Amino acid sequence: MRTVIFRTVAPYLTSLMVLFSIFVLLRGHNEPGGGFIGGLIAASAFAIYGIACGVAPVRRAIYFHPMAISAFGLFMSSIAGMISLPLSVPFMTGNWMQLSFFGVDIDLSSVLIFDIGVYFVVVGAITSIALALEERDRD
Amino acid sequence: MAATSSHSVDLSQAMNVDPTPLADWLVVMPVVWCLLAGAILLMLRKRTELQASIGIVALVGLCLLDAALLWRVLEEGPFTMVMGRWLPPFGIAFTVDLLGAFFTMTSGLVALAAGIFGRDDVDSTGRRYGFYPFLLLLMAGVSGAFLTGDVFNLYVWFEVLLISSFGLLVLGSEREQIDGATKYAFLNLVGTTLFLVATGYLYGLFGTLNMADILIKAPELRQTAPLMTLVCLYLLAFAMKAAAFPVNFWLPASYHTPKLVVSGLFGGLLTKIGIYALLRVLVMLFPIERAELGWVIAVLAAGTMLLGVLGALAQNDTRRAVGFLVISGIGMMLAGIALGSPSGLAGAILYAAHSMVVMTAIYFAAGIGGRVSGSFLLSRSGGIYPSHLVLAFATLALFLSMAGLPPFSGLWPKVMLVKAALDVGEWWLAGAILVTGFLTTITVGRIWALAYWKPRAADAEPLDPASQKVPMTSVIGLGMLTVLTVVFGLWPEPLIAISQDAARGLIDTSSFVLSVFPGEVPQ
Repeated sequence: MRTVIFRTVAPYLTSLMVLFSIFVLLRGHNEPGGGFIGGLIAASAFAIYGIACGVAPVRRAIYFHPMAISAFGLFMSSIAGMISLPLSVPFMTGNWMQLSFFGVDIDLSSVLIFDIGVYFVVVGAITSIALALEERDRD
Repeated sequence: MAATSSHSVDLSQAMNVDPTPLADWLVVMPVVWCLLAGAILLMLRKRTELQASIGIVALVGLCLLDAALLWRVLEEGPFTMVMGRWLPPFGIAFTVDLLGAFFTMTSGLVALAAGIFGRDDVDSTGRRYGFYPFLLLLMAGVSGAFLTGDVFNLYVWFEVLLISSFGLLVLGSEREQIDGATKYAFLNLVGTTLFLVATGYLYGLFGTLNMADILIKAPELRQTAPLMTLVCLYLLAFAMKAAAFPVNFWLPASYHTPKLVVSGLFGGLLTKIGIYALLRVLVMLFPIERAELGWVIAVLAAGTMLLGVLGALAQNDTRRAVGFLVISGIGMMLAGIALGSPSGLAGAILYAAHSMVVMTAIYFAAGIGGRVSGSFLLSRSGGIYPSHLVLAFATLALFLSMAGLPPFSGLWPKVMLVKAALDVGEWWLAGAILVTGFLTTITVGRIWALAYWKPRAADAEPLDPASQKVPMTSVIGLGMLTVLTVVFGLWPEPLIAISQDAARGLIDTSSFVLSVFPGEVPQ
């Protein structure tokens, strides 16, 4: 798969897909999208980069081990549920907070933290599997 | 969306607006705690020197949470937390009653023992593969299954513990482990799929998955809905999980392959989850259908216990023999479920708790014994008794506890089960329990005599002196569980009282329903 065209295009494609995955993640609360689908898009971006340029550059690029990313996501999602504890509401309640940012109101919520956690879980887990399969390919 | 829209909404129609007391968090904390600790351990997977200490501290924390939960349930009865403030049955409910709290506590202790035992038993390769993260995530699944009050959520926790158990099973990736794991994974997936199919069917019939809601709707639906089909599907699915006859063949095919600490955890905990699910779904949710199926379960129970013990008697490998003994114990618990009377259920519950502790301990003991004598094969090991007196006697105590001889904890649930069977005139079931007990005594006596008591053959190859020394952590892990079985054999009253209360809670479900729907008139 290491044709010149593919190798040249892959980095741009990957960065575009990662950007798009973040867009999909953030629009997910009210529109189609969210952590899971965003995570899948990001994972396929890393898989494409891996197919084009080899597994080692991907591992270098994401710096952390995919499993650690996945674990971080799980941690983040659990913490998002725990935010309810000091607010005297049950576990996993969506808690909202409004920030005014240069005159623009932004709604921040524990649901968002949970969804970002899901994003990391999916990115980590699927990338881990994809990279392992791509590594086996050349043995 | 945020409650900032221009028109005001009456939240109390859909949401629980009362502040949640801190004590209610106890019902989710065992699960959340395990998830958090598991995630941290997974992030620090490469720091193998830290894994054991963090893991053991987390498991101690889990035991404390479980103890607080059990204490609260003993004081105040069942309580519920519905996720996300939604009112039941729309939010997912975690409802804990005495049965759930008791099993959570026992499983926490077993996991702690496994964590301590694994410190030296699992080498740094095993730790890099993630022994402690998997252990904590497994416990998240196990605790979640015991604490949830929602049938689909029960399925989700089954999946969580199943995925973690796959990881633990292939720790080390040896050839025979992969072989065992394939059989285990395939057959468990079949069981889980059946569970999912049955749950889909349940939802189609009831339009709800909340256990308390099902309890309220069942009497009305029973007139028209084919609940018997549903219950048969559940029976098959959970019997497969519990390794009951005739769907037990996956257990002896896989449980001897992983590291002994993992086998111990599986033998102690995983099959009991199947029993717990049977108690929860068949006994609590569908008691009338269960009573109809009573004779089927009784036949399965007798088949399971006898087949298990006969299988164990025929083995030459200690680990395989213990695997069959696990199956035999499942038969005992099924006998209690088949009887369905409060005393029978209490016997089954107490036997499950006893079996969690003792089966795990027996696997640990077999592991140490195998290492000390250089082989797991009865024909080639021997001579442990003179050099490791304490180990030999601890193992004997566990074996006798397994066989149900006094003064160990195995005696009491068997007495309760036999008495419950005789009370309703099921002579043959009581007979099967007693015959199984007798055969178990022969089996464990044979293992002990051959592997521990018999002098080592003169022509056997010399033992590696390094393997003769038993690490302190193994002694603590094994000792903890052995002390539990001895103490509760000598002083069983509190546990018997708890199991009887738990059994009553399964039959009279009004306090369970009231904890979810406070306004509901109990039926």
